[in-house]
This record gives sequence, C-alpha cells and structure tokens, in this order.
Amino acid sequence: MTIKGKAYIAGVWEHPTRKADDKSLAQLHAEVAKGALDDAGLTKQDVDGYFCAGDAPGLGGLSMVDYMGLHVRHLDTTETGGSSYVIHVAHAAEAIAAGKCNVALITLAGRPRAEAMATGTAPRNYGAAAPDVAFEFPFGPTVVNQYAMAAMRHMHQYGTTSAQLAWIKVAASHHAQHNPHALLREVVTVDEVVGSPLIADPLHRLDCCVITDGGGAIVVTRPEVAKRLARPTVRVLGAGEAVKHQRGGKIDLTYTGAVWSGPAAFAEAGVRPSDIKYVSIYDSFTITVLITLEDLGFCDKGQGGKLVADGNLISGTGRLPFNTDGGGLCNNHPANRGGLTKVVEAVRQLRGEAHPAVQVKSCDLALAHGTGGSLATRHGSATLIMERA
Amino acid sequence: MNAPDRTIPAPPVNPETQRFWDAAAAGTLLLKRCAACGESHHYPRALCPFCGSDRTEWREASGRGTVYSYSVFRRAPVPYAIAYVTLDEGVTMMTNIVDCDLDTIRIGQAVSVVFKPTHGGPPVPMFTPAARERP
Repeated sequence: MTIKGKAYIAGVWEHPTRKADDKSLAQLHAEVAKGALDDAGLTKQDVDGYFCAGDAPGLGGLSMVDYMGLHVRHLDTTETGGSSYVIHVAHAAEAIAAGKCNVALITLAGRPRAEAMATGTAPRNYGAAAPDVAFEFPFGPTVVNQYAMAAMRHMHQYGTTSAQLAWIKVAASHHAQHNPHALLREVVTVDEVVGSPLIADPLHRLDCCVITDGGGAIVVTRPEVAKRLARPTVRVLGAGEAVKHQRGGKIDLTYTGAVWSGPAAFAEAGVRPSDIKYVSIYDSFTITVLITLEDLGFCDKGQGGKLVADGNLISGTGRLPFNTDGGGLCNNHPANRGGLTKVVEAVRQLRGEAHPAVQVKSCDLALAHGTGGSLATRHGSATLIMERA
Repeated sequence: MNAPDRTIPAPPVNPETQRFWDAAAAGTLLLKRCAACGESHHYPRALCPFCGSDRTEWREASGRGTVYSYSVFRRAPVPYAIAYVTLDEGVTMMTNIVDCDLDTIRIGQAVSVVFKPTHGGPPVPMFTPAARERP
C-alpha cells in the first residue's frame, strides 16, 4: 500500500508567540489546534484522529484529548524527538488510507524559554534505565557538543569549513528578515557567524538554533474533505522514516538516517531531488542541514559545503531555496522540536503564501525533513514530499 | 594548559553491567564479544546487537585506541573534551580526553585508557594521549 495521493494537508498554523510566560502548555497545544483547524475551515468536531509526541503534557495524547474535548477513533503518540511531527503526517496519511480516520490533527507546543531550560548546554540524562546512560552521561554529552563531534568529523573527513557552515545561518537570516514573527530578524554575515563565541568546537553561537516557546499544528485529511474546503490543496506524495543508531559501537558520525528515509520518500513520490523546488530542512545546528542535504541526495557525499556556500540556499538567488521562514536558526524552534514548523513553511510555499520576498516561483513540489535526537548516534529521520494539487 | 578536574557524575549500575564496573574499579576496561557471531560491541549488552544471540562474553580490551572525533565544550564552567575513541578492537566509545592541553587534541591521535573517579560511583574509562603516535 502507498500513501501517495491518499491524504492532503488541509490546515497549518504556527503560533506567533516566541515567549509564552502567560500561557500553560496544554493551552498552547489547544491554541495551535484551533489555529490549524480555522486555517483549514474545519472545527474540532470534525477531528477523529489525534497525533502528538513527548512535548504533550501529562499522559500525552490522553491528556490533550481530554483537555480539548476531542472524540477520536485513532490516536498515535510516536515519539522521535523533533522529527516526530514529520512522521506524524506520514502516519496520518497511512491511517486515512486504511480508513482509520478522516481528519487527523497533529499538535506541538512547548515553553522552554518561559521555563528557562538550558536546552542545548546542559548534559542530558534520560533516566537510570536508559541503556546507554551509564556509558555516556558521565562524559558530559550535551546536545551541542554531540552535534559538534559530527561537525568535527565531517570537517576532518571531507574538508568542510566553518565558513561553509556559516553560509547556512546567513541564508536563514536573509529569509528571517521578512518574517515579522521571527526571533532573530537581523541579517548576519559569514564573518559574524565564525566570529561569534565558540560553544563546542567547531560550532559557534550562531551555528545554533534559537530557543523559543510556542508551537504549531497540522491538519491532514482524506482527499474528499480537502477538496471541498476553500484553501489551496496540498497533496502528500511520499514519506520515509528511519532510525540511525550506534550500530553496537561501529559509530559513523558522517551520515544520518536521511540516507534511508530520503530514498524511501523519493521512491514513493516518484520524483528525484532535482525535481524539488523548495526544501524545509531541520536546522537544530548548521551541520544538521549540511549532512542532511548530502544524505537526501542534493549533492554527492562530502560536497555539502560547496552546495550550501555562496548563498546557494537563499530564495530568489540560490539554486536550492531552504527554510524561507528563517527556520530554527532564526525564526522558531518551539519546544526544542523543529519538525512541525518545517512542514508548515513547506505548505506555505506550495500554497503560494510564503512572504513575497521569499516565495519560490511556481513552487509545486516541496520536501520537508525532520531530525530528532543525537545526530548520527541515536536519532529519528523523517522525509516528507508534498505537491500542490 | 591542563584543565582542572570537574565533578564526574556516577554511572548508574545495573545487573547487566555490574561486571563492567567491577572491572573498571580494578583498572580494567572490558568489552562484550559475541561467541555466536564474533562481533565485539559497546555499550555492553546481554544480547548481541548484531546477531541477537545471548552468548555474549566479557573480554579485556587493550585500552588503546585513536580519537575518532571530539569537541571541547567551551561553555561549561570547567571546559572539557568529549570524544569518541575507536579502540584497537574496532569498537568506538564515548569518553573524555583528559590530562592534556585540550587545544592539542586531534582526530587520529593515539590515546590510552585511564580510569577517573566519579561522584559516589565506580570510576569511568577516559583516555589520555599515548606516549607515542601510532599509525
């Protein structure tokens, strides 16, 4: 069975807040749900499938279905960190194709700023029962120094430079200047990125994504439902998901699960990387984008530095426009999980509703990719290909 | 210059990994090797992550390896170097590079194991530059 053409993205919404001192976590989930349903022209009474991940409060799906007063016949709480929501779109399409639901709601929300979380710089401990914890936590693994080790190895093996990585942030900043909701709207230069303080060699402060509160939601529906709504229609063409791990100690930091999720999505969609007009690429750090683009086949392995340099990712002038909302690097990384907003901006592009300064001309085919967890050692990868219907 | 010591959190020990930590306390680095498929692995598991066999055995490792990748975490109160070291046995493990000038660490550098005390638990295996470079 394929999901190709079996489901449409009917509604998307990104919460405008970036610091939610005055809202509860459950409230944020419900606000983004309302936003996406309003966007689609549907109501919560239409929802019969609900999807959420580890950011949902309390008992997760149970608590949020209770809070929102939904009546669902399908529930999916697949948790793969920041990539969860890209996987949720695919799982929603599968559930719709299998007749398990007609209108699937996906929500993400969080308030790490309001809670003053040391998101990327405090060693993470997932509890004494995590099988790896004794063999990692004593050594001080943080989000940033683990991604930094992937960057260090890529530089060693392929000659990638800090200036090439910096171009990814520069491109994101060019886009963010047009987004009134973006946390960082100032255009930055390569020199400013490589001149910002080193956090974990070789990653600088400006190689890291923002920390923001807020969230977003997506409504996926049966084609017949989407076609009777007023909004431009976006069809799900193909998807792939994968888990990259440590292979029992045969660790290789130079590639991600995108080497599996990408080809699966392209095969299901029946398209090639060269057909794609716009990409939303998970950008927790600059290195995340570079390795992912290689693994998805937008260039040969090891050539990512050349692909992203010299403004090639800037919409209007570059050959591969990416993250035109400013991405996680400049706009928003709600709940420290960037997968959902990747889908949202891809849908805006396919609808022709991105900011005019960054709207890709004739954008009829787009890709969104999520990465969640520790880069190249324990992460989820999810690739989604969509077309304007 | 060498970085001052930082407090190392204790590793949680469970029945599956007790032997590893007992050996660590005696200054020995153990690896798990599968008697069915012959593959060594880390972190240690009762069931082989390659073939699924439960015939995994503890083997003493050489304690020698090379730096696969590393990063000096500048934002910490006491900067430290996290690393992946590939042991001569072919297994790569997360660790710290210690007892050296953190600015001299390089990928490919030869290192050897040294056990460092933790806060209320068994010592953990870290690595320090070896006396001589190896190919």
